[in-house]
Amino acid sequence: MLLRGVALLAACFVSGQILGETLGRFLGIQANVGGVGFAMLFLILSQNELEKRGLFHLEMGEGVHFWSKMYIPIIVAMSSVQNVRVAFSNGLLALLAGIIPVIACLALMPLLSKLAPKD
Amino acid sequence: MEYIITFLDKNGLVFAFLITGLIMYFSERISKTLTRGKIPGSAISIFMGLVLAYFAGLETLGKKGIADIPGFSGFEIMGGPMFRDFAIVSTAMGASFAIIKKTGPIGVLSLFLGVIISFAAGVIIAYAMGITDAESLTTIGAGACTFVVGPVTGTALGASSDIIAISIAAGVVKSILVTIGTPLIAPYIGLKTPQSAMIFGGLMGTTSGTAAGLAATDPKLVPYGAMTATFYTGLGCLMCPSVLYFLMRAIL
Repeated sequence: MLLRGVALLAACFVSGQILGETLGRFLGIQANVGGVGFAMLFLILSQNELEKRGLFHLEMGEGVHFWSKMYIPIIVAMSSVQNVRVAFSNGLLALLAGIIPVIACLALMPLLSKLAPKD
Repeated sequence: MEYIITFLDKNGLVFAFLITGLIMYFSERISKTLTRGKIPGSAISIFMGLVLAYFAGLETLGKKGIADIPGFSGFEIMGGPMFRDFAIVSTAMGASFAIIKKTGPIGVLSLFLGVIISFAAGVIIAYAMGITDAESLTTIGAGACTFVVGPVTGTALGASSDIIAISIAAGVVKSILVTIGTPLIAPYIGLKTPQSAMIFGGLMGTTSGTAAGLAATDPKLVPYGAMTATFYTGLGCLMCPSVLYFLMRAIL
Protein backbone atom coordinates (compact mmCIF):
# COMPACT_ATOMS: atom_id res chain seq x y z
CA MET A 1 0.00 0.00 0.00
CA LEU A 2 2.82 2.37 0.87
CA LEU A 3 4.45 1.82 -2.48
CA ARG A 4 1.14 2.29 -4.26
CA GLY A 5 1.15 5.84 -2.91
CA VAL A 6 4.72 6.40 -4.10
CA ALA A 7 3.82 4.87 -7.46
CA LEU A 8 0.78 7.15 -7.75
CA LEU A 9 3.05 10.13 -7.07
CA ALA A 10 5.54 8.85 -9.63
CA ALA A 11 2.79 8.35 -12.20
CA CYS A 12 1.60 11.93 -11.72
CA PHE A 13 5.19 13.19 -11.86
CA VAL A 14 6.08 11.34 -15.06
CA SER A 15 2.88 12.21 -16.91
CA GLY A 16 2.94 15.85 -15.79
CA GLN A 17 6.59 16.36 -16.69
CA ILE A 18 6.20 14.68 -20.08
CA LEU A 19 3.20 16.90 -20.75
CA GLY A 20 5.32 19.93 -19.79
CA GLU A 21 8.18 18.82 -22.06
CA THR A 22 5.80 18.12 -24.93
CA LEU A 23 4.15 21.51 -24.51
CA GLY A 24 7.62 23.11 -24.61
CA ARG A 25 8.47 21.27 -27.84
CA PHE A 26 5.10 22.16 -29.29
CA LEU A 27 5.73 25.86 -28.56
CA GLY A 28 9.24 25.57 -30.00
CA ILE A 29 11.19 26.45 -26.83
CA GLN A 30 13.88 24.51 -25.01
CA ALA A 31 12.07 24.42 -21.69
CA ASN A 32 9.56 22.46 -19.69
CA VAL A 33 6.33 24.44 -19.57
CA GLY A 34 4.52 23.86 -16.30
CA GLY A 35 5.45 20.18 -15.90
CA VAL A 36 5.49 20.39 -12.12
CA GLY A 37 2.18 22.26 -12.12
CA PHE A 38 0.49 19.63 -14.29
CA ALA A 39 1.87 16.86 -12.09
CA MET A 40 0.48 18.60 -9.01
CA LEU A 41 -2.94 18.95 -10.62
CA PHE A 42 -2.90 15.26 -11.58
CA LEU A 43 -2.07 14.31 -8.00
CA ILE A 44 -4.84 16.47 -6.51
CA LEU A 45 -7.40 15.22 -9.03
CA SER A 46 -6.46 11.55 -8.76
CA GLN A 47 -6.51 11.73 -4.96
CA ASN A 48 -10.01 13.24 -5.07
CA GLU A 49 -11.17 10.62 -7.54
CA LEU A 50 -9.75 7.70 -5.54
CA GLU A 51 -11.24 9.06 -2.32
CA LYS A 52 -14.64 9.34 -3.95
CA ARG A 53 -14.47 5.68 -4.94
CA GLY A 54 -13.17 4.68 -1.54
CA LEU A 55 -9.93 3.39 -3.02
CA PHE A 56 -7.59 5.83 -1.31
CA HIS A 57 -5.93 3.92 1.49
CA LEU A 58 -4.44 5.83 4.45
CA GLU A 59 -1.12 4.10 3.90
CA MET A 60 -1.06 5.30 0.31
CA GLY A 61 -1.22 8.83 1.64
CA GLU A 62 1.77 8.10 3.86
CA GLY A 63 3.82 7.10 0.83
CA VAL A 64 3.21 10.53 -0.65
CA HIS A 65 3.52 12.25 2.71
CA PHE A 66 7.03 10.93 3.23
CA TRP A 67 8.18 12.82 0.16
CA SER A 68 6.48 16.03 1.12
CA LYS A 69 8.30 15.80 4.47
CA MET A 70 11.59 15.22 2.62
CA TYR A 71 10.96 18.44 0.81
CA ILE A 72 12.90 20.77 3.13
CA PRO A 73 15.98 18.50 3.40
CA ILE A 74 16.01 18.30 -0.40
CA ILE A 75 15.85 22.09 -0.62
CA VAL A 76 18.76 22.31 1.84
CA ALA A 77 20.76 19.96 -0.38
CA MET A 78 19.71 21.99 -3.41
CA SER A 79 20.92 25.24 -1.91
CA SER A 80 24.26 23.64 -1.11
CA VAL A 81 24.87 22.80 -4.78
CA GLN A 82 24.11 26.28 -6.13
CA ASN A 83 26.79 28.28 -7.89
CA VAL A 84 26.82 30.92 -5.14
CA ARG A 85 30.37 32.02 -5.93
CA VAL A 86 29.43 33.08 -9.46
CA ALA A 87 26.38 34.92 -8.19
CA PHE A 88 28.56 37.08 -5.97
CA SER A 89 31.62 37.41 -8.18
CA ASN A 90 30.00 38.50 -11.42
CA GLY A 91 29.96 42.09 -10.43
CA LEU A 92 27.50 44.79 -9.69
CA LEU A 93 25.40 44.35 -12.82
CA ALA A 94 24.48 40.74 -11.98
CA LEU A 95 23.74 41.66 -8.37
CA LEU A 96 21.52 44.61 -9.29
CA ALA A 97 19.80 42.72 -12.13
CA GLY A 98 18.96 40.01 -9.60
CA ILE A 99 17.83 42.26 -6.77
CA ILE A 100 15.94 45.22 -8.32
CA PRO A 101 13.41 43.11 -10.34
CA VAL A 102 12.48 41.23 -7.17
CA ILE A 103 11.78 44.48 -5.36
CA ALA A 104 9.81 45.83 -8.33
CA CYS A 105 7.64 42.69 -8.39
CA LEU A 106 7.16 42.68 -4.63
CA ALA A 107 5.76 46.19 -4.88
CA LEU A 108 2.90 44.72 -6.93
CA MET A 109 1.98 42.10 -4.32
CA PRO A 110 -0.50 44.22 -2.31
CA LEU A 111 -2.29 45.40 -5.46
CA LEU A 112 -2.72 41.89 -6.87
CA SER A 113 -3.76 40.55 -3.46
CA LYS A 114 -6.64 43.03 -3.49
CA LEU A 115 -7.81 41.60 -6.81
CA ALA A 116 -7.73 38.03 -5.51
CA PRO A 117 -11.07 36.40 -4.64
CA LYS A 118 -11.70 35.94 -0.93
CA ASP A 119 -12.81 32.60 0.48
CA MET B 1 41.81 8.08 2.80
CA GLU B 2 41.50 7.45 -0.91
CA TYR B 3 39.26 4.41 -0.45
CA ILE B 4 37.00 6.27 1.98
CA ILE B 5 36.36 9.05 -0.54
CA THR B 6 35.68 6.45 -3.25
CA PHE B 7 33.25 4.73 -0.88
CA LEU B 8 31.45 8.02 -0.08
CA ASP B 9 31.14 8.92 -3.75
CA LYS B 10 29.79 5.47 -4.55
CA ASN B 11 27.18 5.80 -1.80
CA GLY B 12 26.68 9.49 -2.44
CA LEU B 13 22.96 9.78 -1.89
CA VAL B 14 23.05 8.09 1.50
CA PHE B 15 26.00 10.21 2.61
CA ALA B 16 24.10 13.33 1.47
CA PHE B 17 21.17 12.27 3.70
CA LEU B 18 23.56 12.06 6.62
CA ILE B 19 25.22 15.44 6.05
CA THR B 20 21.90 17.18 5.37
CA GLY B 21 20.55 15.67 8.57
CA LEU B 22 23.52 17.11 10.49
CA ILE B 23 23.09 20.55 8.88
CA MET B 24 19.42 20.53 9.83
CA TYR B 25 20.11 19.35 13.38
CA PHE B 26 22.61 22.14 14.04
CA SER B 27 20.34 24.71 12.37
CA GLU B 28 17.48 23.65 14.62
CA ARG B 29 19.75 24.11 17.66
CA ILE B 30 20.89 27.55 16.43
CA SER B 31 17.26 28.51 15.81
CA LYS B 32 16.26 27.51 19.35
CA THR B 33 19.24 28.87 21.28
CA LEU B 34 20.47 31.92 19.35
CA THR B 35 17.22 33.25 17.86
CA ARG B 36 14.79 31.76 20.42
CA GLY B 37 12.86 30.20 17.56
CA LYS B 38 12.29 33.54 15.81
CA ILE B 39 14.10 32.47 12.64
CA PRO B 40 12.85 29.00 11.64
CA GLY B 41 15.38 26.18 11.60
CA SER B 42 14.56 25.43 7.98
CA ALA B 43 15.48 28.99 6.94
CA ILE B 44 18.81 28.68 8.77
CA SER B 45 19.54 25.29 7.16
CA ILE B 46 18.87 26.66 3.68
CA PHE B 47 21.12 29.62 4.43
CA MET B 48 23.84 27.29 5.76
CA GLY B 49 23.56 25.28 2.56
CA LEU B 50 24.20 28.44 0.54
CA VAL B 51 27.16 29.42 2.72
CA LEU B 52 28.67 25.94 2.34
CA ALA B 53 28.13 26.17 -1.42
CA TYR B 54 29.89 29.53 -1.50
CA PHE B 55 33.00 28.33 0.34
CA ALA B 56 33.06 25.10 -1.64
CA GLY B 57 32.93 27.19 -4.80
CA LEU B 58 35.87 29.32 -3.63
CA GLU B 59 37.84 26.19 -2.78
CA THR B 60 37.14 24.05 -5.86
CA LEU B 61 36.30 26.81 -8.40
CA GLY B 62 33.54 24.45 -9.55
CA LYS B 63 29.94 25.20 -10.42
CA LYS B 64 28.16 22.68 -8.24
CA GLY B 65 28.77 23.94 -4.71
CA ILE B 66 29.72 21.22 -2.24
CA ALA B 67 28.98 18.52 -4.81
CA ASP B 68 32.39 19.41 -6.32
CA ILE B 69 34.19 18.34 -3.14
CA PRO B 70 35.41 14.72 -3.40
CA GLY B 71 33.10 12.48 -1.41
CA PHE B 72 30.16 14.87 -1.55
CA SER B 73 29.03 14.14 -5.10
CA GLY B 74 25.76 12.65 -3.83
CA PHE B 75 24.46 16.15 -3.15
CA GLU B 76 24.05 16.56 -6.87
CA ILE B 77 21.45 13.80 -6.83
CA MET B 78 19.72 14.77 -3.61
CA GLY B 79 19.67 18.48 -4.50
CA GLY B 80 19.09 17.94 -8.21
CA PRO B 81 15.94 18.75 -10.15
CA MET B 82 14.53 15.20 -10.09
CA PHE B 83 14.17 14.91 -6.32
CA ARG B 84 13.31 18.58 -6.01
CA ASP B 85 10.39 18.34 -8.45
CA PHE B 86 9.26 14.98 -7.06
CA ALA B 87 9.08 16.46 -3.57
CA ILE B 88 7.37 19.65 -4.76
CA VAL B 89 4.70 17.58 -6.54
CA SER B 90 4.13 15.52 -3.40
CA THR B 91 3.25 18.67 -1.43
CA ALA B 92 0.18 19.05 -3.64
CA MET B 93 -1.56 16.23 -1.81
CA GLY B 94 -4.27 17.81 0.29
CA ALA B 95 -4.04 21.15 -1.50
CA SER B 96 -7.41 22.59 -2.37
CA PHE B 97 -8.31 22.39 -6.03
CA ALA B 98 -11.15 24.85 -5.41
CA ILE B 99 -8.75 27.57 -4.27
CA ILE B 100 -6.40 26.94 -7.19
CA LYS B 101 -9.26 27.17 -9.66
CA LYS B 102 -10.65 30.33 -8.08
CA THR B 103 -7.28 32.11 -7.92
CA GLY B 104 -6.23 30.82 -11.35
CA PRO B 105 -6.97 33.97 -13.40
CA ILE B 106 -5.10 36.24 -10.94
CA GLY B 107 -2.27 33.69 -10.95
CA VAL B 108 -2.01 33.98 -14.73
CA LEU B 109 -2.06 37.78 -14.53
CA SER B 110 0.70 37.72 -11.91
CA LEU B 111 2.76 35.42 -14.18
CA PHE B 112 2.64 37.85 -17.10
CA LEU B 113 3.31 40.86 -14.87
CA GLY B 114 6.14 38.99 -13.15
CA VAL B 115 7.92 38.20 -16.43
CA ILE B 116 7.38 41.64 -17.99
CA ILE B 117 8.36 43.66 -14.93
CA SER B 118 11.45 41.54 -14.14
CA PHE B 119 12.50 41.79 -17.78
CA ALA B 120 11.98 45.56 -17.91
CA ALA B 121 13.82 46.15 -14.63
CA GLY B 122 16.74 43.99 -15.81
CA VAL B 123 16.93 45.82 -19.13
CA ILE B 124 16.84 49.26 -17.50
CA ILE B 125 19.67 48.34 -15.12
CA ALA B 126 21.78 46.89 -17.93
CA TYR B 127 21.15 49.98 -20.07
CA ALA B 128 22.06 52.28 -17.19
CA MET B 129 25.34 50.39 -16.82
CA GLY B 130 26.36 50.97 -20.41
CA ILE B 131 25.01 48.00 -22.39
CA THR B 132 23.28 49.17 -25.55
CA ASP B 133 22.75 46.32 -28.04
CA ALA B 134 19.32 44.70 -28.17
CA GLU B 135 20.64 41.09 -27.91
CA SER B 136 22.66 41.71 -24.71
CA LEU B 137 19.94 43.83 -23.11
CA THR B 138 17.31 41.16 -23.85
CA THR B 139 19.57 38.41 -22.46
CA ILE B 140 20.16 40.26 -19.18
CA GLY B 141 16.47 41.13 -18.92
CA ALA B 142 15.74 37.42 -19.41
CA GLY B 143 18.30 36.57 -16.71
CA ALA B 144 16.35 38.81 -14.36
CA CYS B 145 13.45 36.37 -14.87
CA THR B 146 15.23 33.12 -13.93
CA PHE B 147 18.64 31.55 -14.44
CA VAL B 148 17.12 29.26 -17.07
CA VAL B 149 15.41 31.96 -19.12
CA GLY B 150 18.67 33.97 -19.38
CA PRO B 151 20.86 31.36 -21.09
CA VAL B 152 17.99 29.98 -23.19
CA THR B 153 17.30 33.49 -24.52
CA GLY B 154 20.99 34.39 -24.88
CA THR B 155 21.69 31.23 -26.85
CA ALA B 156 18.69 31.81 -29.10
CA LEU B 157 19.76 35.40 -29.85
CA GLY B 158 23.47 34.63 -30.15
CA ALA B 159 24.57 36.81 -27.21
CA SER B 160 28.23 36.63 -26.10
CA SER B 161 29.20 34.15 -23.40
CA ASP B 162 30.12 36.78 -20.79
CA ILE B 163 26.66 38.36 -21.18
CA ILE B 164 25.09 34.90 -20.80
CA ALA B 165 27.22 34.38 -17.67
CA ILE B 166 25.93 37.66 -16.23
CA SER B 167 22.35 36.63 -17.03
CA ILE B 168 22.83 33.32 -15.21
CA ALA B 169 24.41 35.11 -12.25
CA ALA B 170 21.50 37.58 -12.08
CA GLY B 171 19.05 34.67 -12.03
CA VAL B 172 21.01 32.91 -9.28
CA VAL B 173 21.14 36.13 -7.22
CA LYS B 174 17.36 36.39 -7.62
CA SER B 175 16.79 32.80 -6.55
CA ILE B 176 19.01 33.21 -3.48
CA LEU B 177 17.41 36.52 -2.55
CA VAL B 178 13.90 35.03 -2.78
CA THR B 179 15.01 31.99 -0.74
CA ILE B 180 16.41 34.09 2.10
CA GLY B 181 14.09 37.10 1.81
CA THR B 182 10.66 35.42 1.64
CA PRO B 183 10.28 34.48 5.32
CA LEU B 184 11.58 37.91 6.34
CA ILE B 185 9.25 39.93 4.11
CA ALA B 186 6.18 37.66 4.30
CA PRO B 187 4.41 39.53 7.14
CA TYR B 188 4.75 42.88 5.34
CA ILE B 189 3.29 41.80 2.01
CA GLY B 190 0.42 39.75 3.40
CA LEU B 191 1.93 36.43 2.34
CA LYS B 192 -0.12 34.10 4.52
CA THR B 193 -2.98 32.70 2.43
CA PRO B 194 -2.93 30.15 -0.42
CA GLN B 195 -4.20 32.90 -2.76
CA SER B 196 -1.33 35.24 -1.88
CA ALA B 197 1.15 32.37 -2.28
CA MET B 198 -0.13 31.76 -5.82
CA ILE B 199 0.32 35.44 -6.69
CA PHE B 200 3.75 35.45 -5.09
CA GLY B 201 4.83 32.39 -7.10
CA GLY B 202 3.64 34.04 -10.30
CA LEU B 203 5.46 37.30 -9.61
CA MET B 204 8.74 35.75 -8.46
CA GLY B 205 8.93 32.79 -10.80
CA THR B 206 12.10 31.11 -9.62
CA THR B 207 10.58 27.74 -8.64
CA SER B 208 13.49 26.80 -6.40
CA GLY B 209 13.61 30.19 -4.67
CA THR B 210 9.85 30.48 -4.26
CA ALA B 211 9.44 26.95 -2.98
CA ALA B 212 12.38 27.22 -0.58
CA GLY B 213 11.28 30.63 0.64
CA LEU B 214 7.70 29.50 1.20
CA ALA B 215 8.88 26.33 2.95
CA ALA B 216 10.70 28.51 5.46
CA THR B 217 7.66 30.80 5.79
CA ASP B 218 4.83 28.27 6.05
CA PRO B 219 5.09 24.80 4.45
CA LYS B 220 1.34 24.80 3.78
CA LEU B 221 1.85 27.54 1.18
CA VAL B 222 4.44 25.62 -0.89
CA PRO B 223 2.08 23.82 -3.29
CA TYR B 224 0.19 27.01 -4.15
CA GLY B 225 3.32 29.06 -4.83
CA ALA B 226 5.00 26.26 -6.78
CA MET B 227 1.87 25.77 -8.86
CA THR B 228 2.18 29.19 -10.53
CA ALA B 229 5.98 29.50 -10.35
CA THR B 230 6.39 26.35 -12.42
CA PHE B 231 4.82 28.09 -15.43
CA TYR B 232 7.08 31.13 -15.13
CA THR B 233 10.26 29.76 -16.69
CA GLY B 234 8.28 28.40 -19.64
CA LEU B 235 6.49 31.71 -20.15
CA GLY B 236 9.80 33.59 -19.87
CA CYS B 237 11.49 31.30 -22.43
CA LEU B 238 8.50 31.90 -24.68
CA MET B 239 8.31 35.70 -24.38
CA CYS B 240 11.92 36.89 -23.98
CA PRO B 241 13.48 35.71 -27.27
CA SER B 242 10.32 36.63 -29.21
CA VAL B 243 7.87 39.39 -28.25
CA LEU B 244 10.14 41.12 -25.75
CA TYR B 245 13.16 40.92 -28.07
CA PHE B 246 11.18 42.43 -30.97
CA LEU B 247 10.01 45.13 -28.60
CA MET B 248 13.63 45.91 -27.67
CA ARG B 249 14.57 46.07 -31.35
CA ALA B 250 11.70 48.46 -31.99
CA ILE B 251 12.67 50.71 -29.08
CA LEU B 252 16.41 50.90 -29.83
